Amino acid sequence: MELIKTDIAIVGAGGAGLRTAIAVAESNPDLKVALISKVYPMRSHTCAAEGGAAGVIKPDDSLELHFNDTVGGGDWLTDQDVVEYFVNEAPKELLQLEHWGCPWSREPNGSVGVRPFGGMKIKRTWFAADKSGFHILHTLFQTSLKCPTIERFDEFFSIDLLMADGRCQGVVAMEMKSGRLFQFQAKAVVLCSGGAGRMFPFSTNGAIKTGDGTAMAYRAGVPTKDMEFVQYHPTGLLATGILLTEGCRGEGGVLRNKDGYRYLQDYGMGPETPLGEPVLKTMELGPRDRLSQAFWHEQQKGNTIPTPWGDSTHLDMTHLGEKHIDERLPLVRELSIIYAGVDPVKEPVPIRPVVHYMMGGIHTNIDAETPVSGLFAVGECACASLNGANRLGSNSLTELLVFGKRAAKNAVEFARKQNSEANESELKEQADKAQAKVRELVQKSGGTESIAGLRSEMAKSLEEGAGIYRTEETLQQTCNTIADLRKRYAGIELHDKSNVFNTDLFQALELGNMLELAQTVAEGALARKESRGSHQRLDYEARDDEQYLKHTLASYQGEEAPRIDYHDVVITKSQPGVRDYSGGAK
Amino acid sequence: MSEVQLELEILRYDPEKDQEPHFKTYQVACREEWMILDAVNHVKDEVDTTLSYRWSCHMAVCGSCGMMIDGQPKLACKAAVKDYADKKVRIEPLANFPIERDLVVVQDDFMEKLKRVKPYIIRKEEKPIEEGEYKQSPADLKRFKQFTLCINCLCCYAACPEYALTPEFVGPAALALAHRYNADSRDQGLAERHKEISKPEGVWDCSFTDTCSIACPKHVDPASALQQLKITTTVQWYKELIGMGDK
Amino acid sequence: MAYVRPVSKTCWYLKDRNYTIHMLNELTSVFVGLYALLLLWGIGAVASGPEAYQYFLKCLASPGMLVLLWVTTIVIFYHAIAWFKVTPKAMPIQKGEEFVPGGVIAGAHYVVWILFSLVVLFLAGVF
Ligand SMILES: Cc1cc2nc3c(=O)[nH]c(=O)nc-3n(C[C@H](O)[C@H](O)[C@H](O)COP(=O)(O)OP(=O)(O)OC[C@H]3O[C@@H](n4cnc5c(N)ncnc54)[C@H](O)[C@@H]3O)c2cc1C
Ligand code: SF4
Ligand code: SF4
Ligand code: FES
Repeated sequence: MELIKTDIAIVGAGGAGLRTAIAVAESNPDLKVALISKVYPMRSHTCAAEGGAAGVIKPDDSLELHFNDTVGGGDWLTDQDVVEYFVNEAPKELLQLEHWGCPWSREPNGSVGVRPFGGMKIKRTWFAADKSGFHILHTLFQTSLKCPTIERFDEFFSIDLLMADGRCQGVVAMEMKSGRLFQFQAKAVVLCSGGAGRMFPFSTNGAIKTGDGTAMAYRAGVPTKDMEFVQYHPTGLLATGILLTEGCRGEGGVLRNKDGYRYLQDYGMGPETPLGEPVLKTMELGPRDRLSQAFWHEQQKGNTIPTPWGDSTHLDMTHLGEKHIDERLPLVRELSIIYAGVDPVKEPVPIRPVVHYMMGGIHTNIDAETPVSGLFAVGECACASLNGANRLGSNSLTELLVFGKRAAKNAVEFARKQNSEANESELKEQADKAQAKVRELVQKSGGTESIAGLRSEMAKSLEEGAGIYRTEETLQQTCNTIADLRKRYAGIELHDKSNVFNTDLFQALELGNMLELAQTVAEGALARKESRGSHQRLDYEARDDEQYLKHTLASYQGEEAPRIDYHDVVITKSQPGVRDYSGGAK
Repeated sequence: MSEVQLELEILRYDPEKDQEPHFKTYQVACREEWMILDAVNHVKDEVDTTLSYRWSCHMAVCGSCGMMIDGQPKLACKAAVKDYADKKVRIEPLANFPIERDLVVVQDDFMEKLKRVKPYIIRKEEKPIEEGEYKQSPADLKRFKQFTLCINCLCCYAACPEYALTPEFVGPAALALAHRYNADSRDQGLAERHKEISKPEGVWDCSFTDTCSIACPKHVDPASALQQLKITTTVQWYKELIGMGDK
Repeated sequence: MAYVRPVSKTCWYLKDRNYTIHMLNELTSVFVGLYALLLLWGIGAVASGPEAYQYFLKCLASPGMLVLLWVTTIVIFYHAIAWFKVTPKAMPIQKGEEFVPGGVIAGAHYVVWILFSLVVLFLAGVF
């Protein structure tokens, strides 16, 4: 096995990983950075983000308003110290991107433009047409090319963390083109490996979003936090689950049921707003959890339109006009035409809610630290408790930047204090273990289970049990199914025995990771007997602050289901209140 | 929902087993709304799990799934099966790149070239963040916007005859990105980039076949960027000749 | 070992229709070159005196030469049209925020071409 010694190892080269790497490299040219990613950086799923990134910049806005929107949007399951830090730093980070060349859309006077977004009281979402994540990712990636101390390991698949003497000392990864394993020894490790939406059957997430890093940390003893909070985005294209950004509604698009009726007004988000004049924080600009839940109710009432790909409602943008759509939502138009055969300029687009974002993840604090020393986590793989029970659209792109920078600072400080030698023998032993695990997976024969088969059973079970609405019964069923699937996982057999780009092997590893995380989702949801944000239980319809104004922590217990504990929420100035998205709300 | 019957002829190559690549045929009953990528995924999941290829976003934005489909470089996730209905479709790895395995090509060459053209803002003096954004009018933005849309899918390299003949050629996507930064009102790095661009294997290897632009799935029009670069490069050459080299 | 597919150094332009068309476009410049040589010959003839010039005119009038001139004229027309078509790519012009439509830029080339031709014809005493 090859050995690479570095100062800071970063797993993942999406928005979070790149921002972290650049922050280390810029202020610490004497430290070596190993940036490890299973895809080339620009393939990371940050590229798919469309709508934009939130940060207070306009004179009519204030940090306090951004704070309030985020905390309320998250149904008070946010850590308020984290939110406060976040809203403070957000504008600086977005400006930094502007200085690095991000092609933000502009106002006529040359300043950066902002657009309205769901759950935000004021327009504060910076956008680059409807390709914001794409531009952020490419700006970061291209900027990273000027940092000589960042050594990239593109197409290296991380398998496990290396732990010794009570701290994280590195990571084992496989070079995908050769099948060779590498032991990366590092003074600090930052996980930036993205979300795990692929656990679900219908998702806006790319194939790579399989929660690998989260599962690695989980196995290494770091609890996951709040995994039961899974965000459904209300407007996904039918057959594919491709996202139509919230920007569509920000620009004035409306939701209609089968009778053309704007149904959101029946679910506490009315009164109806005039067409083409979206009003912030109400109707179509309510938060995502509420909109997706409204869809579910319409479905129960028979107000949706049956299609071969499931029931749907309509996202109507026909009143916006071709020029406006082409200028602000060109990608939405292109995607609708290619993948749904519908031109939004002319016709309403059929849509339905789709799994979009994991609020939960690796348990981290305001410093991006995990409970294991030397291990940090940032981005969608982490749960710094910025997003609480429901993320507000356009907060997560900013989160990558703000906490990427913060993680870099803390990881550097940690690395500089680390003068004890790496525990070579212990690390080698663990690396060998990882190698043995992979070897066994490849060489084993006689199995009867297929990767695709188990994967679709897992996805189906999660959707049925842990979807938009949940009950004790369906959740228990899902917990049982996932536990069973984890056992059956031992029975898969790989047909591909090659060392070169063996995607059969990578899919198997990803499936293993997803199964472990699926269990934390289902078990966490089963244990949380209340409804809050994106976690809605038909058998416990109310929020229960008395018992559950707490973060769920799930700890790995080997083959058993995780242990569930709870952790206090940090409340500084905003006491839990009512989430009011009616037009009359203050 | 109706079905589309496809006969996929996929080029297979495993360096540990094969001397040379060979075609393998798969019959796939596709749903009408599928893309070629869905058909390939179907093969991978249900028929032959040993098939290797790259993909992720399935929305034509990550740039992973470029491949030759019936001889043309395309994104598999953007090529509708309907357009190939009821016939044989040849699927090969992107032309002009070495084959790593099956449909996976070696992309190191592009990554190295991209870095060479310095695709980032270069400034003589940085403005402090506290002073706010660089003002940029919508017109300034429009000047280079199109060239920011490149997803690095490399379809243009597979379509470029000059890259096929002269692998040293820096090539369409990397040069288009160089132009993107040259044309950005915030940038002051033209002279620095010029050193790379004006080399023989830089922009002058382009013979303006326009085939890169025809192939580009994101309408970046790299050929246009390269012709504009030729003009900038010429002007810069004269400027340097008379000692007025800076941008 | 990664596998490198062979590339034909001599027949690559037959592989793709667009390559072939491009090569035809390139080929037309041979005729542009030929015409330039002809012009040089003419100028040389003028410089050498009336006899040489008369001889030059006679040669031009020979049937073979006439055929060649017609072919050259047609090919040069094709050459000009093919390149005018792509000029908007090489020389985009931005007015305010919008780009001037490609047709306008190509059209401007045609206008200039026609004007020049008229001037030449005028000087040649056609009008
Ligand atoms: C369609 C879509 C639209 C969105 N729109 C918005 C929006 O408008 N505004 C907003 O704020 N947010 C939006 N989001 C959310 C936001 O884009 C993501 O949360 C964010 O981009 C995640 O970034 P990341 O860096 O954490 O992860 P990613 O960009 O997903 O990157 C993960 C990285 O980890 C690497 N990795 C993973 N596993 C391994 C492994 N085993 N070994 C090595 N490397 C590994 C990958 O290669 C990749 O480089 C959107 C999300 C989606 C899906
Ligand atoms: S225009 Fe230039 S870069 Fe584009 S394909 Fe032709 S030769 Fe290659
Ligand atoms: S210019 Fe177009 S074809 Fe070339 S890499 Fe970029 S997006 Fe792909
Ligand atoms: S899968 Fe991302 S571009 Fe095709």
